[in-house]
Amino acid sequence: MVWVFNNLTEIWQHTLEHLQIALPPIILSFIIAIPLGWLAKRFPPARGTILTLASLLYAIPSLPLLIVIPVLIGTGLQDPINVVIALTLYGIALMARSTADGLRSVDPDVRQSATALGYSPWTQFWAVEFPLAGPVLLAGIRVVSVSTISLTTVGGVLGIPGLGLLFTDGFQRGLVEEITTGIVLVIVIAVVMDTVLVMLGRWLMPWTRVASPAVRRRRNLRAVTT
Amino acid sequence: MIEFRSVSKQYPDGTRAVDEFSLIIPSRKTTVLVGSSGCGKTTLLRMINRMVDPTSGVIEIDGKDISTIEPVHLRRDVGYVMQNSGLLPHRRVIDNVATVPILKGVPKKQAHEDALALLDTVGLDRSLADRYPAQLSGGQQQRVGVARGLAANPNILLMDEPFGAVDPIVRTDLQNETLRLQRELDKTVVFVTHDIDEAFLLGDQVIILEKGAHIAQQGSPEEILANPVSEFVANFIGADRGKRRLAVSSIAHPQGDDLVLVDAGGYAAGVIAAPGGQLATANPTPKSRSISNKTSQAGDA
Repeated sequence: MVWVFNNLTEIWQHTLEHLQIALPPIILSFIIAIPLGWLAKRFPPARGTILTLASLLYAIPSLPLLIVIPVLIGTGLQDPINVVIALTLYGIALMARSTADGLRSVDPDVRQSATALGYSPWTQFWAVEFPLAGPVLLAGIRVVSVSTISLTTVGGVLGIPGLGLLFTDGFQRGLVEEITTGIVLVIVIAVVMDTVLVMLGRWLMPWTRVASPAVRRRRNLRAVTT
Repeated sequence: MIEFRSVSKQYPDGTRAVDEFSLIIPSRKTTVLVGSSGCGKTTLLRMINRMVDPTSGVIEIDGKDISTIEPVHLRRDVGYVMQNSGLLPHRRVIDNVATVPILKGVPKKQAHEDALALLDTVGLDRSLADRYPAQLSGGQQQRVGVARGLAANPNILLMDEPFGAVDPIVRTDLQNETLRLQRELDKTVVFVTHDIDEAFLLGDQVIILEKGAHIAQQGSPEEILANPVSEFVANFIGADRGKRRLAVSSIAHPQGDDLVLVDAGGYAAGVIAAPGGQLATANPTPKSRSISNKTSQAGDA
């Protein structure tokens, strides 16, 4: 633990940098996946193509990607922006399918009833279909969040800020404690972020917490029998 | 008044769901479209709020061709109640009921107040207002569905097998409520069902449909029962099975001037007043249609 206490400022600094790089891709991939998911739902024949292309993004190896991106957009090799873009692409790869599946999970009866009530297509999407896709979207974004927070460490190989630097530095100097600290912090951030997302989901989707009368009855029954 | 003039609907794969359908649906009456699944009755209903557009023919509401009305606006002016209530699961009861008024621009506070009053109208306790649909029973959900259909105070109410998914006891309750509401509110109701008993109970005008939405017979329940025009209709209304062919029982003698009626199977179907051995005649009008002995709880016995 000596190393940790001697380097608290630096560790905190890396943690903040890590978050700064990891959060934008989580948010961006969520937003960008919405139109993709909508397209896939709206035009079923195109669904396969759109989702396969999106998934293929995940097949691009990260290191080459981190070298290609600065060449394409003219940033420096160690610019955190490169990582943000790369991780956004990976996030989209995961999130596009979740969004399409989420939108498809909306009960057709509910969709029809919304149409019959006189929702315009745009309002119907945002007020009915998008929120009802929420539970599936949440499941998707939780995976993206964990994966992004972990993948952010790849930047360390190129000297890009973040907790990844603890790995490269720890390997070079043979400091097991430094590497362990990095791993633990990445996991802690991932767990905290996951908890935040779950809480956010509960707050935004209060209807998912209510049990139907049947479920309540079953629960009461169990309470009685146990 | 809603008028269908030679309306057809042909789907791209060639099926003709509706074939040259013409009908006048009078205002402030309940018209029931009844037929087996696949006869096109739901398609007809959905044409009225342009959920389905006909391939040919004209539909007019009060003389106005609805193909000239923007669908979204038309739908906000036409109430719609569907099977399984179709409530928005992520909205509380009160928000569900207030949906259309809010879409039409009524301030939220006002819309919510009106929605609470509507819960009273359909016989729901106001304490349910903050529940989510999943927390209600099937019958309660259906009542919320009706309240929502009425929320914008539309002249026309479309009901697509609204009571098809609830158990028989609740269904009877809801049917009686529908009759009561119709007496109070005087809407033009178009009701779709496959249940002929429901059709006869609720309809001022009953339209029996065959495949392709061909009208097998139309008329009041009395007219249809008295003179089924074809084998198909007789079959459909159950006249041939003897269910509706009643006879005075020769063995059971109730007190007073009543006679016991039995159906062709010999099962007791009810009693009929026969003062002095003379059968009583009734002159039923929709407004006076007797609606079973459960009406007292609806407050209009």
